[in-house]
Amino acid sequence: MKPGNARRAALAVLFCLSLASVIPAAAQDLPAAPPAPPLDLTAEDTPNDRGHAIALSWVLSPDDDGSGRVTGYSVWRAVYRPGVAPADLDWTRVGSHSAGYLGDERLTHSDVSDDIVNNLPYLYRVEADGPGGASAVLLPASIMARAQWFNRARWNMLLAVLVLSAGIMYWIQKAQTSDIYLRPVAGLKAFDEAIGRATEMGNPVLFVPGIMDMDQIETLAGVSILGYVGKMTARYETPLEVPVSRSLVMAHAREVVKESYLQAGRPDLYNDDMIHYLTDDQFGYAAAVDGIMLRQKPAACFYQGKFYAESLILAETGNSIGAIQIAGTASPAQLPFFITACDYTLIGEEFFAASAYLSQEKRAIGSIRGQDVGKLIFMVALILGVFLVSLEAVGVRLPGWLDITALFDVSSGG
Amino acid sequence: MLLKRWIPLFILVFVGVLTLIHWFVPHDPIGSLGRDFSQFFDIIASFAIILGAANLLKLQSLKISQRKKGWPFNLVTIIAFALTAWVGLNWHSYFGSGHHYLAGTHVNNPDSHFFWVWWYIFTPLSATMYALLAFYVASASYRAFRARNVEATVLLVAGIIIMIGRVPLGQQFTAWLPDHGFWSGFRLERISDWIYSYPNGAGQRAVMIGIALGVVSTSLRLILGIEKSFLGEE
Repeated sequence: MKPGNARRAALAVLFCLSLASVIPAAAQDLPAAPPAPPLDLTAEDTPNDRGHAIALSWVLSPDDDGSGRVTGYSVWRAVYRPGVAPADLDWTRVGSHSAGYLGDERLTHSDVSDDIVNNLPYLYRVEADGPGGASAVLLPASIMARAQWFNRARWNMLLAVLVLSAGIMYWIQKAQTSDIYLRPVAGLKAFDEAIGRATEMGNPVLFVPGIMDMDQIETLAGVSILGYVGKMTARYETPLEVPVSRSLVMAHAREVVKESYLQAGRPDLYNDDMIHYLTDDQFGYAAAVDGIMLRQKPAACFYQGKFYAESLILAETGNSIGAIQIAGTASPAQLPFFITACDYTLIGEEFFAASAYLSQEKRAIGSIRGQDVGKLIFMVALILGVFLVSLEAVGVRLPGWLDITALFDVSSGG
Repeated sequence: MLLKRWIPLFILVFVGVLTLIHWFVPHDPIGSLGRDFSQFFDIIASFAIILGAANLLKLQSLKISQRKKGWPFNLVTIIAFALTAWVGLNWHSYFGSGHHYLAGTHVNNPDSHFFWVWWYIFTPLSATMYALLAFYVASASYRAFRARNVEATVLLVAGIIIMIGRVPLGQQFTAWLPDHGFWSGFRLERISDWIYSYPNGAGQRAVMIGIALGVVSTSLRLILGIEKSFLGEE
């Protein structure tokens, strides 16, 4: 390069560098303006709740376009006082949102707090925050949170519960004066066979009441069945082994089994340690029960309760030791595993009917008939629903009260 | 009789009815009572763990003292129990120093001894048990998928289609069929989806409806005092 050219190039570089240092300085000197405020702030009492909740929504600030002029939104709440200017109210920041919800027209915020007193008017304001400050939109009118006495989104569920309950109670009453036939359930008839086999072999009976606690109705149903099994093992003088994974289940099962042994006239055979705690952990429990199976070789294994992934581990181990196995659960995902690995499986409703079936108590049997009638109602409703939806699908216009999609929409009811 | 029958029955009916009503009535005090009941249960269950732990220690100690078969394993259980309880209850139990020793938060802190036990001993052991499922599924499938009768054959065919249709390699078998139109319905992944969504979905829902009815019926029997087997009565 010639010396003259080199000098010119150096000067050009110096000029560019000096320009680059001046431009940011000039930008910094400009006063940054706050972003445009959000628009159209609305609020409503959250429906179907116990109050203490307000649902807010607003349109994004026009400056919230990804340019960085809006960094977020702040939600403020104050108790409304007539005659007091909003600026003089005691505002509390109750929520925030990030900026950049591009594509969403409105932002929503649910203000749920026990600090919100029901039936007291509140004002809200939402600020668009940015490097240049904040600008706010004020709720045009005050809003009150109210508690509702009835959750209207669940009316269809209430109707179903009432109809089913009425049907079941009718049959409970009717069963006291008339005999009701119950179809034989192979799995339930096999209970005696399984315990008899264990007695003949001189091996214990293993009962697993699921892995969940007493707040699950499956566990309650399982422990009820344990009462029957306990009575049979007492009668046949067969050892009973009940490993549990919850302390409360242990305490409860002990009471039930003790009572069963008492009723069978063999309280001397009862021992608290028959029902013992292992661990709350799912796979720790499965490992421990597998160990019990392999060491003690029970001749009959009962799995009655709520199960998860450990179901197949337990049932396959029981299968490998040649035990007769009877499972019962209301966990649909575990049913295929039990059906494959066990000799008998009580599926869903059969499992819940087991206790009533085994007791042969008239009113309990009546409730099972009521349950069957409920099933019939469901079947009719399903066929009717399929018919009406098919009509809609081929373009037949149905009156509003026959709008089947809305009628059976329980999604809003949680 | 009063303690063992009537008081438990009263509690059950009272709590059962209120819990049912709270599902439909959100207004306080019913709405908040329904939530409180589940918290009461959690508190009771938390305290009941003492019963379980005491029972576990008692039985394990008994087996050691009687030198029952495999008693060293019982010893391992007790030592593991004691060590885990120690690092769990002692929130000063950390690797290194300079930590803020706060009770409770230490269980989630990667530097605490409790976290080490959890992450390097408990989690692999649990994962090992879970991994056994793969072998159990294989052995159970081998028994289930034998074409002994018509139903078992249908199950076998459906199972094979689902398995093949869910893996990319299997989908290649019918990749030559068009993506749209009548013949696209015969692609393995489409048949697999159809079996999964319709026959399987319908069966699952039938079971679910049966379960829901069973739950209503059992709850009514309990609330009305017909079902007393949970109290040890017939």
